[in-house]
Amino acid sequence: MSKVLMKGNEAVGAAAIKAGCRFFFGYPITPQNEIPEYMSRELPKVGGVFVQAESEIAAINMVYGAAGCGARVMTSSSSPGIALKQEGISYIAGAELPCLIVNMMRGGPGLGGIQPSQTDYFQATRGGGNGDYRLLVLAPANIQEMVDLIIEGFDLADEYRNPVMILGDGMIGQMMEPVEFKERKKRDLPEKDWITTGTKGKRKPNIINSLYLNPEELEDHNIWLQEKYKKMKEKEVRVESYNVEDSDVVISAYGTTARIARTAISKLEKEGYKVGLIRPISLFPYPFEEFNKIKDDCKGVLTVEMNTGQMLDDVRIALNGRIPSYFYGRTGGMVPTPEAIANKVREILGGEK
Amino acid sequence: MAIVFEKTKGLTDVQTHYCPGCTHGIIHRIVAEAMEELGVLEKAIGVAPVGCAVLAYNYFNCDMHEAAHGRAPAVATGIKRVLPDNFVFAYQGDGDLASIGTAEIVHAAHRGERISSIFVNNAIYGMTGGQMAPTTLVGQKATTAPYGRDEALCGKPIRMSEMLATIDGAKFVERVSVNSPANVRKAKKAILECFKIQIEGKGFGIVEVLSTCPTNWGYTPVEALRWLENNMIPYYPLGNFKRPEEGK
Repeated sequence: MSKVLMKGNEAVGAAAIKAGCRFFFGYPITPQNEIPEYMSRELPKVGGVFVQAESEIAAINMVYGAAGCGARVMTSSSSPGIALKQEGISYIAGAELPCLIVNMMRGGPGLGGIQPSQTDYFQATRGGGNGDYRLLVLAPANIQEMVDLIIEGFDLADEYRNPVMILGDGMIGQMMEPVEFKERKKRDLPEKDWITTGTKGKRKPNIINSLYLNPEELEDHNIWLQEKYKKMKEKEVRVESYNVEDSDVVISAYGTTARIARTAISKLEKEGYKVGLIRPISLFPYPFEEFNKIKDDCKGVLTVEMNTGQMLDDVRIALNGRIPSYFYGRTGGMVPTPEAIANKVREILGGEK
Repeated sequence: MAIVFEKTKGLTDVQTHYCPGCTHGIIHRIVAEAMEELGVLEKAIGVAPVGCAVLAYNYFNCDMHEAAHGRAPAVATGIKRVLPDNFVFAYQGDGDLASIGTAEIVHAAHRGERISSIFVNNAIYGMTGGQMAPTTLVGQKATTAPYGRDEALCGKPIRMSEMLATIDGAKFVERVSVNSPANVRKAKKAILECFKIQIEGKGFGIVEVLSTCPTNWGYTPVEALRWLENNMIPYYPLGNFKRPEEGK
């Protein structure tokens, strides 16, 4: 299939439909409105259902109901709206329901702003709702990758019976790039024998639930969830690396920030600096081991984010004190420039300030 | 020997956790009987609330979801939109439906979701130990209204049926009580009619059932039934607020 020029948010919708998603429950919030708009336009054409819910809370609970019936279902929002969805996300994780959630992050806290940011990293990777749970969190750096991750994300959700979050930002949602919708590789997915479709008098009732009043049972349930997350850590780590082994400084950045970092690296290479990049694609599970490839006498790892230092915690866990850790971030909707990132690298290497 | 009575197939054999004298058991039974009599049990998907009926998913003998507090109508919406030919009902208490879940119930009705809502109003938060509900009567004592509900501070109790009856998408709205055998029969009749509204694809239906909470009201079961009759029914009048006009 040939490439088409698409806006990020619309590509989200197109990818979801391509992946077989037929149910969308959402609520308007900038900068992701093109996703529900696209779905309201396109889903009816393929026999799907779009519902504009009364709130983000209602939308995620509709996702819970639909996922419990075995549907391929998604919702999307942006930071304050994703905060509202946390109740439902926790229940979905607890009840082990597959679904896809897209967060086109904007500046915070509170109502914040509508410009791009990465300030929901903690919320996405630590489990923003109550309880000890994790989402599979995937952070695309361009629209093609976002399309591919969404299509794969629905399969991952089904495979692990776990919510998958696509963590983008206002920039990737709003920009346009050429994309290609490749044929999906068929995965062997487990049969959904746990869904509620009516007993038809042929089986015992199925129950979609996250309540375990008996503490022994709830502990067992949590141990099971942790085993599932361990399997994700073994099998689902995704990372892109560039010149990690022999660089004097390694930048770590994800999403659109990683693209800006890549521009800074090209600039620095022309000046003779050796700078690498670790770009985590899966934020949970995090590619901790990739950082072990950095040589011991590397001068520093520079984490660059559109926040005040959130993924920085994971980088420090990965480095475990072996290499100095530095941070450069812009926040509030401000986007780091390649020159500012390059300057920070020069500074680490004792160059100009 | 001829069988003259059988327990409904709509309930499991699990022993319920309800307090002695609580009328949830009666309401469960008539909901289950209605599903069985209408032949929808095998395609029924129910949604349990948070509150006293939180474990209803163990008692109804059909596929069930356990929803977050107040969100049962949203969960039921998700279910019904995926499986429009199944029978979908939500079972909620007054804290769940009339306080934390007001947006969800109002908008499910407003969209005309083809679901059936059973709203159990006992004028108190039972499961959490007797706190004031939006439906607690003026002057009624609760653990968070130790001097009785003060209208000046808390307003008057909310009448959900009257409010929901004003919404176009709500096609059937009736308030019933289960404080006497005659009222139990009327309650079952209303639930059957409400369920038929969904089966016939006409829209949203709700039956509000006045219910007792002897434990948290501090009465014996018999006194509680009398208290409901003397105090709740005068404020929450029984009767049908809305049904489709003939032929529609």
